[in-house]
Amino acid sequence: MKVLVPVKRVVDYNVKVRVKSDNTGVDIANVKMSMNPFDEIAIEEAVRLREKGVATEVIAVSCGVTQCQETLRTAMAIGADRAILVQTDVELQPLAVAKLLKALIDKEQPGLIILGKQAIDDDCNQTGQMLAALADLPQGTFASKVEIDAGVLKVTREIDGGLETISMNLPAVITADLRLNEPRYVTLPNIMKAKKKQLDTFTPEALGVDVSPRLKTLKVSEPAKRGAGIKVPDVATLVDKLKNEAKVI
Amino acid sequence: MSTKSTKNTFSWEDPFHLSAQLSDDERQVQDAARVYCQEKLLPRVTEAFRHENTDVSIFREMGELGLLGVTIPEIYGGSGLNYVCYGLVAREVERVDSGYRSMMSVQSSLVMVPINEFGSQAQKQKYLPKLARGEWIGCFGLTEPNHGSDPGSMVTRAKAVPGGYSLSGAKMWITNSPIADVFVVWAKDDGGQIRGFILEKGWKGLTAPAIHSKVGLRASITGEIVLDEVFCPEENAFPDVRGLKGPFTCLNSARYGIAWGALGAAEDCYFRARQYVLDRHQFGRPLAANQLIQKKLADMLTEISLGLQGCLRLGRMKDEGTAAVEITSILKRNSCGKALDIARLARDMMGGNGISDEFGVARHLVNLEVVNTYEGTHDVHALILGRAITGIAAFTN
Repeated sequence: MKVLVPVKRVVDYNVKVRVKSDNTGVDIANVKMSMNPFDEIAIEEAVRLREKGVATEVIAVSCGVTQCQETLRTAMAIGADRAILVQTDVELQPLAVAKLLKALIDKEQPGLIILGKQAIDDDCNQTGQMLAALADLPQGTFASKVEIDAGVLKVTREIDGGLETISMNLPAVITADLRLNEPRYVTLPNIMKAKKKQLDTFTPEALGVDVSPRLKTLKVSEPAKRGAGIKVPDVATLVDKLKNEAKVI
Repeated sequence: MSTKSTKNTFSWEDPFHLSAQLSDDERQVQDAARVYCQEKLLPRVTEAFRHENTDVSIFREMGELGLLGVTIPEIYGGSGLNYVCYGLVAREVERVDSGYRSMMSVQSSLVMVPINEFGSQAQKQKYLPKLARGEWIGCFGLTEPNHGSDPGSMVTRAKAVPGGYSLSGAKMWITNSPIADVFVVWAKDDGGQIRGFILEKGWKGLTAPAIHSKVGLRASITGEIVLDEVFCPEENAFPDVRGLKGPFTCLNSARYGIAWGALGAAEDCYFRARQYVLDRHQFGRPLAANQLIQKKLADMLTEISLGLQGCLRLGRMKDEGTAAVEITSILKRNSCGKALDIARLARDMMGGNGISDEFGVARHLVNLEVVNTYEGTHDVHALILGRAITGIAAFTN
């Protein structure tokens, strides 16, 4: 069984991002980029499935600029067998990525697709769900445990009330939550091995997908700074302010 | 020329965009090392330093990640990477603690490098893979109680006996020695020539008592090597290398790692001091609002950034094979001296809290006192450079 794992190149989680002065977006010039942490969990899960003999091949996919190759090399250093880059300089939105992935599913026929539940840059949490709909596959989102037994997939999901376990047929789409696993450390010899692994590049046109953005960003701005607090003289004023000013009681 | 000026943003962490000067895989190596160091080494260092406790499992962990013997060929279990990668790893480890970097440098540069450079095929096959995995711990014995900067006057002797050599003498200030399985020891043969020997733990007459109560590098154990007629078979002597070239080849590699590493410690001091002066308020405003503080931060950033550019250039020259050893002296000396100054400044900026070990900079400060001294003191490297500049050696009569 092949496992397809999409990985996104995002601003590193340690970076304090700055909004561009013209409010069109976030300044990413010379900012440290790395693999979306949830995608790292997805890759780790796929590699573990292969190590257990459940999966036969792990294919990492990234969509975006040329530098996404670096993210794919990291995925292969963790253990993916080969990688596919869908290269474009167009700003990719979740629907476009889902369509590209759908085209790759048609091409590669994977038995399982594992994505991160969301990317830490735009926090959309949409690609996995859109992909499942487009490919007409069952989906197990926010997975904290994945088991495959006799062709049946069991996914434990983290929901508000606790844990929900669902079972579904393969092929299927899974999105990984934080507690699914703890990704291994990349080793230096594996970084070298990853350099020799196969990395194919396609364009959206070659896959027959129109990736032009459907949503327009009007403005990006910093969150409002928290104002200073005030002291109130007595409880009556406090209750009054909570009731009439803050309108919380 | 276009008159349209785009305003580039300044990075107070990396003004010259060092990361952008690295290749993809060098950046990956840097990231891999940083994640391990920050997640696994940083949480244990304060306790380890406080209680003078060396965690030997660190060797195994580093071995699993390929951080031991970064430049050693893959056929012997190394990572087969370039010198730039080795430097980047040293910087990440020493960002946490100079002691941890010392443990790694000794294993990689002072034990694995000589075995790889001077060892026989059998010696390489026997020792390198286990050292690379961190299953065996190595140490390097050159310095003696009465012979530090002048190792050529060593008194440890390797007397020829049937089937090998009998080694007698004492080595001092040896990183890793009390926990070592493999000892690369340098001694003079009957003809007065310096030769290298690979000794193993448990050989008759070989002991390695620990040196306690060090003020710096407390997370990294140091000891002596005492040799009382230790028999070393011929097959454990390095076959061809003679004279100080042997130990100096190793030291040159290790000193290069120190040049990067010391700046890693300096960066940590600079980052911590910067955050502290932004957070701490006196006279109703942050300490960072004071001109004296800002000047110190500017000095720190300047020295660190210029120093790192030098280290990267040396790494590239080593990888091209064009680096004269004196360049390593320039940078080992510069990085250590400047890092020590930066640690002192950081300690000062953090006031009383800077004295507490929980704030980290005092630990770097006392570590860097050692790093400034070992592997050629600040002054001795000046004399090496002085000799190269004038043609006159100031350290011989």
